[in-house]
Amino acid sequence: MRYSGLKVIKEALTGHKGWRPTWRDPEPKKSYDVVIIGGGGHGLATAYYLAKNHGITNVAVIEKGWIGGGNVGRNTTIIRSNYLLDGNEPFYELSLKLWEGLEQDFNYNAMVSQRGILNLVHTDAQRDAARRRGNAMILNGSDAELLDTDGVRAMYPFLNFNNARFPIKGGLLHRRGGTVRHDAVAWGYARGADLRGVDIIQNCEVTGFKIENGKCLGVETTKGFIGANKVASCVAGSSSRVMEKAGMRLPIESHVLQAFVSEGLKPVLDGVITFGAGHFYCSQSDKGGLVFGGDLDMYNSYAQRGNLPVVEDVMEGGMALIPALGRVRMLRSWGGIMDMSMDGSPFIDKTHIDGLYFNGGWCYGGFKATPASGWCYAHLLATDTPHKVATAYRLDRFRRGCMIDEKGQGAQPNLH
Amino acid sequence: MIINHPILGPRDSQEFTYLGDASLIDRPDWQAEDAADQFHDYLYLRDNPAGEHRELWFHEQGDRSWLVVTRNTVTHEILNVELARDVARARGRSK
Repeated sequence: MRYSGLKVIKEALTGHKGWRPTWRDPEPKKSYDVVIIGGGGHGLATAYYLAKNHGITNVAVIEKGWIGGGNVGRNTTIIRSNYLLDGNEPFYELSLKLWEGLEQDFNYNAMVSQRGILNLVHTDAQRDAARRRGNAMILNGSDAELLDTDGVRAMYPFLNFNNARFPIKGGLLHRRGGTVRHDAVAWGYARGADLRGVDIIQNCEVTGFKIENGKCLGVETTKGFIGANKVASCVAGSSSRVMEKAGMRLPIESHVLQAFVSEGLKPVLDGVITFGAGHFYCSQSDKGGLVFGGDLDMYNSYAQRGNLPVVEDVMEGGMALIPALGRVRMLRSWGGIMDMSMDGSPFIDKTHIDGLYFNGGWCYGGFKATPASGWCYAHLLATDTPHKVATAYRLDRFRRGCMIDEKGQGAQPNLH
Repeated sequence: MIINHPILGPRDSQEFTYLGDASLIDRPDWQAEDAADQFHDYLYLRDNPAGEHRELWFHEQGDRSWLVVTRNTVTHEILNVELARDVARARGRSK
């Protein structure tokens, strides 16, 4: 399916009867060069870059439900490159650079909007930490500006600057950060992969792996056995459930994270604000709804819905920062399941089983990582060597003492 | 969620903080030959099941006891609550 302005006008005049499905709905072949488990953003991006960068097109993406029905459709759509540590920041900077060229690259409107992200600071110690982070970002080719109180006030005069507990003393502004139309990311990658010959197989659940003599030969699915030279798991949120079928235990706990949307408002908030001290962050969608969230529910969960105490906590954080929110009605809330890893950082690695690869542990930062995750996973699958910005994302890093712990919290997944 | 505390009765889960899998009770023997491997698995690897999960909750806003809560991670239904002290003693621990 090709899109053009002319086509839109033609279809508008003829009752929109000429649109065709954007990707095929094939039955699985007997075997593939690469089988990717999971038709989310990362899995589809991996298939797209396998085909585009490496010319590997005999690829299937197997999805339990429908593509884009998991976390790529359940996040708060933020993209950013504002990490501190060397193991992370080059990776996220690559991701942001890929976001910047993504729509031209896959010729699909993903509404990438670099509207800026502001991380608020409230104390001298937080300002020092923000300055350090900003310098780390700049050293890795990202952008950062440290604002004082007046700088923040000029951008967002409606914030509560004199909150007794958390007065606003400034903020770290990352202008290239922003938001993206999340569903369109899945659709754009799916379309691009499908056009290059990748089979996207929906409503097909992986029920087991065929592993003989330490080598993975393929996957058992609800549509029968599918052979593969390489099997690539890419199911963050359900990683433990899938890899358990290959006999692996992972350094991951699954937790639920809630998000919220208000009724539609006229434009009030043109960027993203994070209020880390109050466990609240917020942006405004192009439809007008305020999109916001906060902390994990803190307990292990696969339920895709949270509980009321966190709803209350997020609303309190929002009211503390933006008192005018009290006039706004909340429209929807939902939950997504996060792979919370033991150091808060992800994995893109081979496993100890030959031909079986693993991508997961994205915590609540998976969406922004989508392009680079697919790019680096495809590189690993095609060349059997890690991409240079993803060398730290190894499964054995805990054994080697090479954790990538941005927050310095230790092995307590719900605190990352 | 309401956690039925064995001593105090039904309490709001907001009074508690969550640690994680109850296997954290079973600290490995530091003198074992393979202690480094055992501690790696103990500290960093998790079963992370979808379904019944035994987990440690701390009654921080209450009597500050540790509980072992058996809870379904798919439905959030709480199936059983025990004092962690009783669980540890039943496994031969002295205190």
